[in-house]
Amino acid sequence: MTFTQRISLSELAADRLGTILSLASGRLEMMRLASLGFTPGAEVSMTQNYGRGPLIVTVRGTRVALGRGEAAQIFVQPEQV
Amino acid sequence: MSACHTSATTATPMIVRERTPLIALAGQPNVGKSTLFNQLTGLSQHVGNWPGKTVERREGTFSFNGRSYGLVDLPGTYSLTANSPEEVIAREFILREQPDAVIAVVNASNLERSLYLVAELVALPAPLIVVLNMMDVAAQEGLHIEAPVLEAALGVPVIAMTATRASGARVLLDRLEPLLSSAGTYLPRRPEIRADHRAALDEILKHVAAYVPEPYPAEWVALKLLEGDTEITRVLAAALPAPKWQTVLDILRQHDDALLAVASGRYDWIGRMVRAAVIQPKMGQISWTKQIDQVAAHPIWGLFVLAGILALVFWLTFTIGAPVQAWLDIRVVGGLAGLLSHLLAGAPFWARGLVVDGVLGGAGAVITFLPIMVIFFAVFGLLEDTGYMARAAYVMDNLMHVMGLHGKSFLPLFLGFGCNVPAIMGTRVIDSKPARLLTTLIAPLVPCTARMAVLAFIAPAFFGSKALFVSWSLVMFSMLILVLSGSILNRVIFKGQRSAFIMEMPLYHLPNAGTIGILVWQRALAFVQKAGTNILAMALVIWVLSVLPGGDLAHSYLVQFGKLIEPVGRWMGLDWRLMVALISSFPAKENAIATLGVLFGNSSNTGLAHELSSAFSTASGLSFLVVTMLFIPCMATVAVIHQETKSWGWTFANIGMFLLVSILAGTGVYHLSLALGL
Repeated sequence: MTFTQRISLSELAADRLGTILSLASGRLEMMRLASLGFTPGAEVSMTQNYGRGPLIVTVRGTRVALGRGEAAQIFVQPEQV
Repeated sequence: MSACHTSATTATPMIVRERTPLIALAGQPNVGKSTLFNQLTGLSQHVGNWPGKTVERREGTFSFNGRSYGLVDLPGTYSLTANSPEEVIAREFILREQPDAVIAVVNASNLERSLYLVAELVALPAPLIVVLNMMDVAAQEGLHIEAPVLEAALGVPVIAMTATRASGARVLLDRLEPLLSSAGTYLPRRPEIRADHRAALDEILKHVAAYVPEPYPAEWVALKLLEGDTEITRVLAAALPAPKWQTVLDILRQHDDALLAVASGRYDWIGRMVRAAVIQPKMGQISWTKQIDQVAAHPIWGLFVLAGILALVFWLTFTIGAPVQAWLDIRVVGGLAGLLSHLLAGAPFWARGLVVDGVLGGAGAVITFLPIMVIFFAVFGLLEDTGYMARAAYVMDNLMHVMGLHGKSFLPLFLGFGCNVPAIMGTRVIDSKPARLLTTLIAPLVPCTARMAVLAFIAPAFFGSKALFVSWSLVMFSMLILVLSGSILNRVIFKGQRSAFIMEMPLYHLPNAGTIGILVWQRALAFVQKAGTNILAMALVIWVLSVLPGGDLAHSYLVQFGKLIEPVGRWMGLDWRLMVALISSFPAKENAIATLGVLFGNSSNTGLAHELSSAFSTASGLSFLVVTMLFIPCMATVAVIHQETKSWGWTFANIGMFLLVSILAGTGVYHLSLALGL
């Protein structure tokens, strides 16, 4: 049985992969995230995450810097290692 | 049927016009759009503003095979939803001006993301041509893209090229001409909305179709309503009868997650295109971007890199800029002054004074500051073009939080080191209004080139070999004041609000000399034009005030005014001459030196430096530098603060803030220096 694990993007460790499940951002923010490629089902890979401060995530071949607060509003399913 | 969910759509003929064909250039940021624009137009381009907006509008012309074309560079945007003024400008231009063709520039090495804008553009009626740019970068990454396959899949012409190569534009033009003159049909394949929202889209279209105002296509409007586009919602709320609008609102309310369905639909469409056209997938190699970012974007090392780059900029200013400046000053301006004095030996004293002290004093200031300006513009152009600027914003994000701002606010502030005017206009990149206002209010505390030039001139006079260290410390001091003012303003006025930090980190790439060259040329030209009028006029005014009413300086209006405000100056250790210099720096910061030149009756700056250091104590010199760094910004900056805040209240509050801060800091530094025995 597959078990869906759901964590926020800010909790995804560096070099880990995940799949976007949902976005809980405000509407305007969601529009900007969606146009950059953050849509449910999209694969993300954490490029840089030092546990505090902003992080860099790669989505659809693009590196995007996100504030920690913005990343906390995006929910992902981490890829099982 | 809605065009949004049928693959083959209505045909729009490519219009053949007798007049000059008008082409719009569209593309996301970091796809090489500016490089292509510069390649096509060269120096026959014009930079202005979009009407009623503070967004830069670049347009130009080019000819090919004896035919001339008009080219408009649309603002670089990720999508065409009303998130920002740029996005509204881009789509309104396409809908209202009806260009003969829209060239959509996409980054071949990042096809998936950069096709998103194309997915939006194909929904508009203007004929589209896709330019696959950066083919060289894609090839380096082991990516092979079949342009003809992509063309067949999209249903629009696709041209593969590399804009950074000289041959790039030629490749484009060879294909462009027949495309524009052929009266073919335009049959693009358009993205579909995700299946679960298809019925809602049809429903909305049915209700609004009869009421959609010109020039909007009805299907497009229905889609934008579902996306929650603020601008289109406003337009339709006004166009629809109230009960109809209520029905539409009810549907929209049931589908408030539709924006993700629309975006997902576009990415599904992109996925199909990419799968068809990309033969060899990207290799999983560690790119140099990743390697550089391990240092440049590191939370701690990144700050060292940034500080190092800033130090390098100042070092360049002092080692290259300052000697060139001195040479221009002594040889060119000094030589001219000698020559003119000789020629005008027989003329009345006022004519000689007007020409030598007034005109030459002012024009000389303009010419001698140019080398430093050019160095700054070139370095910043270079940092922007290589992709480093985004890293600077990223590593500064934590520090910017102290002021309730985030990393993006750092970009305009960084730009402020060049000139405060583009810095304040650059606050447009900030998405939230309070954050933008706050950044605008503190941006003039960043020492601009002109203030750096005053610093570069006065610091060596007082501090000799320690001038570089003193200048560096003064810049750091300004930064400290900036952070303090920002935190206080944020807590008092903005109650600690914060906005979202979402920013693309482009791949590093080698800078393009042509792009930077054109940037430096345009900015230098703008400076000379501004300076040519403002500074010259002010130099004349100062000269006139310094000889009226009696013809001698000692009893002039200027001296009278300086003496009137001297009591305030005395707190800061500044005498009336330094106060007059400060006041006259309002039209342009560089004027401070020119004014001191007039007041000391010495149009050669080297002599002036010597006179200054003997006339004033080191404490006074330091205080003058501190006050200059923090004083009311120049006239142009104040004008642009008003233009961007659209409020005289904020503009005057801002001026009051600078007066207060500079007087407090000047007084503090002066008394501290005295106590330290300077």
